[in-house]
Amino acid sequence: MSENLVSQDAAKDLQKEMLGRYYGALSAAKETKTPVAYLFIPGNVVEITSAYGFLPVYPEINALQCGIKKVAGDLILAAEDKGYSSDVCGYVKNDIGLMLKDRQHPMGQIPKPDLLVCNYSGCNTFIKWFEALAEFYGAELFLLDIPYVRGDGVSPEDVDYVVAQLRELSAVCERISGVPSDPGRLRDLLARSRAAEDLWAKILELARSRPSPFDSYFEAVFYMAPINILRGTEDCVTYYQALLEEMERRVEERVGPVPEEKFRVIFEGPPPWPHFRAFWELFKKWGVTAVASTYSKVGGLYDQGIRHDPARPLRSIAEYTINCYTNWNWPMRSDLVKRYVDHYGADALVIHSVKSCRSFSVGQADLRERFIHELGVPTLMVESDLADPRYFQEAQLRNRIDAFFESLEHQRLVNA
Amino acid sequence: MDAESRLEDLGLGAVQAWKERSGGKAIGHFPVHLPAEILHAQDVLPVSLFGGWGKVEIDHADSRLQSFVCSITRSTLELGLTKKLGMLDGMVFSNICDVARNLSGVWTRNFPKMMVEYLHLPQNVDSPAAPAHLRAEYRRLSASVAGLSGVPLEDSRLEESIALYNRGREMLDQLAAIRTAEPWRLSMTDWYLLLRIGTVVPKEEHLEILSRALQSVRGTPSRPRDGIRTVLLGAFCEQPPLELLRTLESAGCFILEDDLVQGQRSYSHAIAEDGRPLDALVDAYLRGSRASSARHHGSRPRHRDLMERVRALKLDGVLFCTAKFCEPALYDYVLYKEALEAANIPYLHLEYEEKMSTFEQARTQVETFVESVLFD
Repeated sequence: MSENLVSQDAAKDLQKEMLGRYYGALSAAKETKTPVAYLFIPGNVVEITSAYGFLPVYPEINALQCGIKKVAGDLILAAEDKGYSSDVCGYVKNDIGLMLKDRQHPMGQIPKPDLLVCNYSGCNTFIKWFEALAEFYGAELFLLDIPYVRGDGVSPEDVDYVVAQLRELSAVCERISGVPSDPGRLRDLLARSRAAEDLWAKILELARSRPSPFDSYFEAVFYMAPINILRGTEDCVTYYQALLEEMERRVEERVGPVPEEKFRVIFEGPPPWPHFRAFWELFKKWGVTAVASTYSKVGGLYDQGIRHDPARPLRSIAEYTINCYTNWNWPMRSDLVKRYVDHYGADALVIHSVKSCRSFSVGQADLRERFIHELGVPTLMVESDLADPRYFQEAQLRNRIDAFFESLEHQRLVNA
Repeated sequence: MDAESRLEDLGLGAVQAWKERSGGKAIGHFPVHLPAEILHAQDVLPVSLFGGWGKVEIDHADSRLQSFVCSITRSTLELGLTKKLGMLDGMVFSNICDVARNLSGVWTRNFPKMMVEYLHLPQNVDSPAAPAHLRAEYRRLSASVAGLSGVPLEDSRLEESIALYNRGREMLDQLAAIRTAEPWRLSMTDWYLLLRIGTVVPKEEHLEILSRALQSVRGTPSRPRDGIRTVLLGAFCEQPPLELLRTLESAGCFILEDDLVQGQRSYSHAIAEDGRPLDALVDAYLRGSRASSARHHGSRPRHRDLMERVRALKLDGVLFCTAKFCEPALYDYVLYKEALEAANIPYLHLEYEEKMSTFEQARTQVETFVESVLFD
């Protein structure tokens, strides 16, 4: 067992090393005179900015790391002192707090933006966030307007609309960076993105095994970091090759995240980063493994076949940006969760509702209604926050979680 | 029925009466931007929804929406679930905020027989691609509207509707100009009711009401009063309780401009009446809209608009009234506040929600604000 545990850490160590290099490059950006583009994770267009030599900064990633490293509370309070309400997104406040504290992040100093690319995909708060940064940093803001998915799917007209804006963005990138457009460079980036996406999708699929070789929520949210932060790089592809090997080994050895897999669940919603470990423990003790989650798809619905494609550079980027989980309408989101329940053989749905992110959370209670009353899937909904440590009420959460799994266990006994 | 009673008529009786009279269809929406001219040209009544106006107990909606969601969303859904919006044949949502956007999906599931449309209003307003996108959105909306009313969108009808709505906005602008110049001539609540009534009656009827109001306001002698010169921002979607508006004025504030019931006054100038009418509507949204917290304005940040108004109107201070949990208003407040502080302009921020029933604390805050401005 101890050997297995060592092998489980291989991909984690690799990730640590790669992210260390990334943050090192960010800290050195001013010295190396590398232009910096701020982007949001869902629907980001990093291949375009990277093709012009920009280093990407993801304020959401910075915020979640502050949450895990337990420095978010003070940053949030600093933003509230500036006038931000206790009722708005904790990620935004974390980022404003970082700005007020000279951008000193636990992983190193974050450089100022030369360009803010607001990839407006599934979140209105993104607009408000970068409008504020544009004002505070005096940086140029490009608002990439990504239509919300209406009806049953993405229309070709919406793709055309985004492609037209991607051309405008390319011109902005060229002007700011002074780097001329190079279609070959963009295609290379896209090819590497695609390779990593193929591997990641394969890994996610392994959670169908019994036991699942990894937790598709509590572990997958770490495993998704390279595809969210390093997409388009060799490092990213290398990482997912190593992770796939590790997971395949786990499947062979029947090693999973809990000693005995008793309940397979689907998770909806972001985790409470400032209390991540404590939250996981509340489920682990019941032998719960998440076999699929929606949050691990915020950076891309690769498991649903969404891919970057060097043969169709701008169109594939546009399709990717539109097909972000929170940019899908609720009927589509809800059907996806239903497919997860069936495909991964889940026993229940767990919804973690966070106040910070209305884009994720508004509609979740209605999802619970549908799953309980229409589909007959046992569903637990608990509330806290993804960034603000003040909203995590452990005793209350434990009571809800214990009661839910006790009841599931009881039903099993009755039905046995 | 007087205006205040109509306001409190949660059953939207005016809409029901119109439907019975005309046999027409009605479509609901939140009171921000909607191209009402399109609906009007297709014989459909656009109806702004304002929630429960403090008179609805949230029961059914609680199982579908969390407690950290604004009042207007929760009580509008409650009204729907308790079958009090039966006179509506459809709903149109748009990207006002994350809550309004996601509510479109909740609505679709809970009201499967209703027409539910979602308009993605473009945010990259300077993009050369934006007009074609918005034109397509408006055409898609009009196709759904035609499905309800059986009346297709025709240029000649749309031209007439634009002219009619232009006339309505022109009269509202005239009333607003009176309030800006001589705020004591038309009280805040009367002005507000004139705006609100236009959201439940056909525009033709609204024009008659506005015409009578203009005559009355112009013809009635009135003595100037004292008050500090302010504008009111932040109440563009969920509306403040009437009593709060009364309190602001009676505590000594002249509110020279406001963003109340914003959907009635989306544009800063008349929509062009020559050329192709749909293009004119598109152009008005992209290039001729008033500053709104519910959208991005490209290279023209809203707080710079505010500072221009501060100078032009020689304001003593600025009032922010924002609905509890209203993220667009709460984010914008910070940028407004920063700009005001840099220019040394006083401001006051008040939050409200539907269930607000005592206004004493608000009165004290406003009175203190007024005194601080007067004696500074």
